[in-house]
Amino acid sequence: MSSKTTTVQDKKVNGKAKSRAEKLSSKDFASDQDVRWCPGCGDYTILKQVQKVMPNIGVAKEDIVFISGIGCSSRFPYYMDTFGMHSIHGRAPAIATGLKVSRPELSVWIITGDGDSLSIGANHFVQVLRRNVDVNLLLFNNQIYGLTKGQYSPTSREGQVTKSSPYGSIDHPFNPVALSLGSDGTFVARAMDRDPRHLNKMLERSHEHKGTSMLEIYQNCIVFNDGAFELFTDKRSRPREAIYLEDGKPLVYGKDKDKGIRLDGLRPEIVSLNEDGVSKDDLWIHDEKDTTKAQLLSRFFDDPEPDKEHFPRPFGVLFDVERPTYEDGVNAQVEETVERKGEGDLDELLRGPETWEIK
Amino acid sequence: MSHKHQIQEEVTIRFAGDSGDGMQLTGSLFTNTTALEGNDLRTLPEFPAEIRAPAGTVPGVSSFQLHFGSKEIMTPGDIVDVLVVMNAAALKANLKFLKGGGIIIANTSGFDKRNLGLAKYERDDNPLENGSLEDYTVVEIDITKLTRESLSDFDMSTKDVDRSKNMFVLGLLYWMFERPLDSTIDFLNKKFKDKPQVAEANIKVLKDGYHYGETTEEFTSRYAVEQASIEPGTYRNVTGNKATVLGLAAATKRSGLELFFGSYPITPASDILHGVSALKHFGMKTFQAEDEIAAVTSAIGAAFGGRLAITSSSGPGVALKGEAIGLAMMLELPLVILNIQRAGPSTGMPTKTEQADLMQAMYGRNGESPIAVVAPRSPADCFHMVFEACRIAVEHMIPVIFLSDGYLANGSEPWKFPQSEDLAEIKARFEPARNGSSSSNGDGSAEKFLPYVRDENYVRPWAVPGTAGIEHRVGGLEKEDLTGDVSYDPDNHEKMVKMREAKCDKIADFIPLQEVDNGTENGKLAVVGWGSTYGALRTAVHELRQEGKDVSHIHVQYLNPFPKNLEYLLKGYDKVMVAEINNGQLVKIIRDKFMIPAEGINKIQGRPFGVAELKERITAALED
Repeated sequence: MSSKTTTVQDKKVNGKAKSRAEKLSSKDFASDQDVRWCPGCGDYTILKQVQKVMPNIGVAKEDIVFISGIGCSSRFPYYMDTFGMHSIHGRAPAIATGLKVSRPELSVWIITGDGDSLSIGANHFVQVLRRNVDVNLLLFNNQIYGLTKGQYSPTSREGQVTKSSPYGSIDHPFNPVALSLGSDGTFVARAMDRDPRHLNKMLERSHEHKGTSMLEIYQNCIVFNDGAFELFTDKRSRPREAIYLEDGKPLVYGKDKDKGIRLDGLRPEIVSLNEDGVSKDDLWIHDEKDTTKAQLLSRFFDDPEPDKEHFPRPFGVLFDVERPTYEDGVNAQVEETVERKGEGDLDELLRGPETWEIK
Repeated sequence: MSHKHQIQEEVTIRFAGDSGDGMQLTGSLFTNTTALEGNDLRTLPEFPAEIRAPAGTVPGVSSFQLHFGSKEIMTPGDIVDVLVVMNAAALKANLKFLKGGGIIIANTSGFDKRNLGLAKYERDDNPLENGSLEDYTVVEIDITKLTRESLSDFDMSTKDVDRSKNMFVLGLLYWMFERPLDSTIDFLNKKFKDKPQVAEANIKVLKDGYHYGETTEEFTSRYAVEQASIEPGTYRNVTGNKATVLGLAAATKRSGLELFFGSYPITPASDILHGVSALKHFGMKTFQAEDEIAAVTSAIGAAFGGRLAITSSSGPGVALKGEAIGLAMMLELPLVILNIQRAGPSTGMPTKTEQADLMQAMYGRNGESPIAVVAPRSPADCFHMVFEACRIAVEHMIPVIFLSDGYLANGSEPWKFPQSEDLAEIKARFEPARNGSSSSNGDGSAEKFLPYVRDENYVRPWAVPGTAGIEHRVGGLEKEDLTGDVSYDPDNHEKMVKMREAKCDKIADFIPLQEVDNGTENGKLAVVGWGSTYGALRTAVHELRQEGKDVSHIHVQYLNPFPKNLEYLLKGYDKVMVAEINNGQLVKIIRDKFMIPAEGINKIQGRPFGVAELKERITAALED
């Protein structure tokens, strides 16, 4: 019943989109506002890729909404020529939920940062994932509070020296992808600002997923936390420190694609290919639908210490499964109730179960 | 035997027992029957503060008070004529409400050693036996035993049998007050449709209670309360929270908008969430959020999407919503915030009533943040005022706080409900789509949509996603007039603060003028009230005027902005007193806005005003 209606709505949106979207380019998604991030900020790349993806997702411009909280990244909606709301700190997922439940035909994007969605808004972050509202959440993680000028954030490293932690941060950091999986998120992915092509692909994948898409984007804060992700983003160290996940493909990484991850039961291990008779066939094959494997991948969260053997950081889609969305559930109940009881009759409702006459 | 037949103009009954004794149901059923008999009435249920206080103890007592009569009844009654007590604790907790010479109907099995102990009476000091009740008429009945005997032929457990004992009391009171049993029998048959034996058992006990009155020699009199002269029409009974739900359904219908209701459970507002969630076929969607902030912000998201957006809570929850209400004000989106006030501060006394969130509603946000505030004055008026809240929000693109309270929420009154066609239409003004794919191509080639262009009432259009050609951004940052672009310009900020104030003030052109509820347009003393104090104030002023006192009653339903004539009206009296269930809030606002030396009549006990105490304090003011 509900899925039938959803299909009708989807068709309508897609049908409308075709005629309009074909004419649009990334420029059509740039607003007339001057972009005011610091020169060299990772946010610029992300903005550019989002603007590039928009014409390709098959949604009419007026049906796209960007909702943000507070922080540097949350200025984002002002720069998109779509509908947008720059709201209050941490609450974008809740606002997006209200909008999506009310207007399921819209394509709703949440722009948030590590402080916005993992400190003040952490509750809404886990709740939107749990409910599986069909929204796309882009988590700009720069491991610092930038807008307030440099305090440690919930993803800052232990020991990190910042303005509010002159002797090092004592806080244990969140692992956003593990938290998302722990919240039963249905789409969990990671990208970085310095690999725009991959980021572009991940944005498309986020859109394609029906349900909450959580895309963590490593984003360099050039002023307050420059180089936080350098080992992953620098072209020289990236092959060693980052592993790109592809569905159905073995986990291979390294400069010469000479390293891989093998599963010994539930224990992942790093192996060198072409040594000890290990071949690609022996490796862990990535399966985006495998909850257990996704959990293991999310725990590849070692500090990249070049001299010690450690797991590379996974980028790409860790997990992507289907689960009924929240708004479909809400609308299905509405439809079932209407079917069972008919459209509500206000006069009957006002009368109530028992009345009496005064003459 | 024959009984004296007495005619009473008004009667107040209080049913009191342990939480498990079914006193709320007993009270409600008596209320329904009484309403059907054509009496005017008001009710007040009082629940124990604790979730499950130990059975038999004073904190576990639950009571239900009903005031009915053949004259206009506006309060649940200050003092009680008949007190029903199912156990010793109920007597201990409620004797203070009984008038001298009043009737106590006591279930003697609730006064055994165990119950006396639980109620903290001295072991051998049974109040039924020690002479302490000699100023009252005490009717002692072993209700538990009689109920068990009544159901001796039924194959039921003792526990289930004992559950029916409230029906014995109800039947007995129906006999005492000459009420028919039909409505209750219908109710029982419906309620226990799938358990005919339980229905039959309850009906048997109900009838046996009735017949007991007839045959016992305990009672010398029966009492008749004749029909009240109420405006002709069709009536139903309604509580404040129920009327609020119905008002929302009506606003949904008359606005043609889908309603979105974001809420988080809190006493005493939760019944509204329950009520709306059952009305999905009326175009109303509910969202039980993870917290108060998500409740209000989800509603803001829905408002942005063009829905009639509601959030509900009580004081502590509204405190949490404060920042988001400021956002809605800044965005200039319609939003209705229902605050079913309870006694504060902090967690306060959740099950007790108070009117202490007016200042919070008026000023409880950061920055200059004016929003509209309305307050219903009776349970049925919740229907009208929540409808008004929706109308103002949608037609003026502004958040509106609706200030009900625990007393209105749970209290009930007969309501001559309206027909849907007689209700006003709520007109949303949506910005239409524009030709051309883009509002602004970055090069200024297309005509730019300006989201903050205003009409003659300073109201901006509702520009919702999905509308082609008006893509735009809104936010909590200060905005430039017209464009809505972020602006830190000093003159613009001052202009916008003044603009938002003027926009809120302009609502005064679209609300009714203030009327004098009872009295004259000038004179010696005006007593001003708002919200749930209406009934008690109306009765008190009515009675004082009958005694020849020069006092008038003005009851304000629109608290921000005030009706345009309120200042003029108040300045026509030698003295203005403001009666409130708080430490003085409206009185401060009236002094501030009108520069008049208004004085307060205040009560801060978690209970409504009684008529007698109001009369006393108003009389004292008149003699000053």
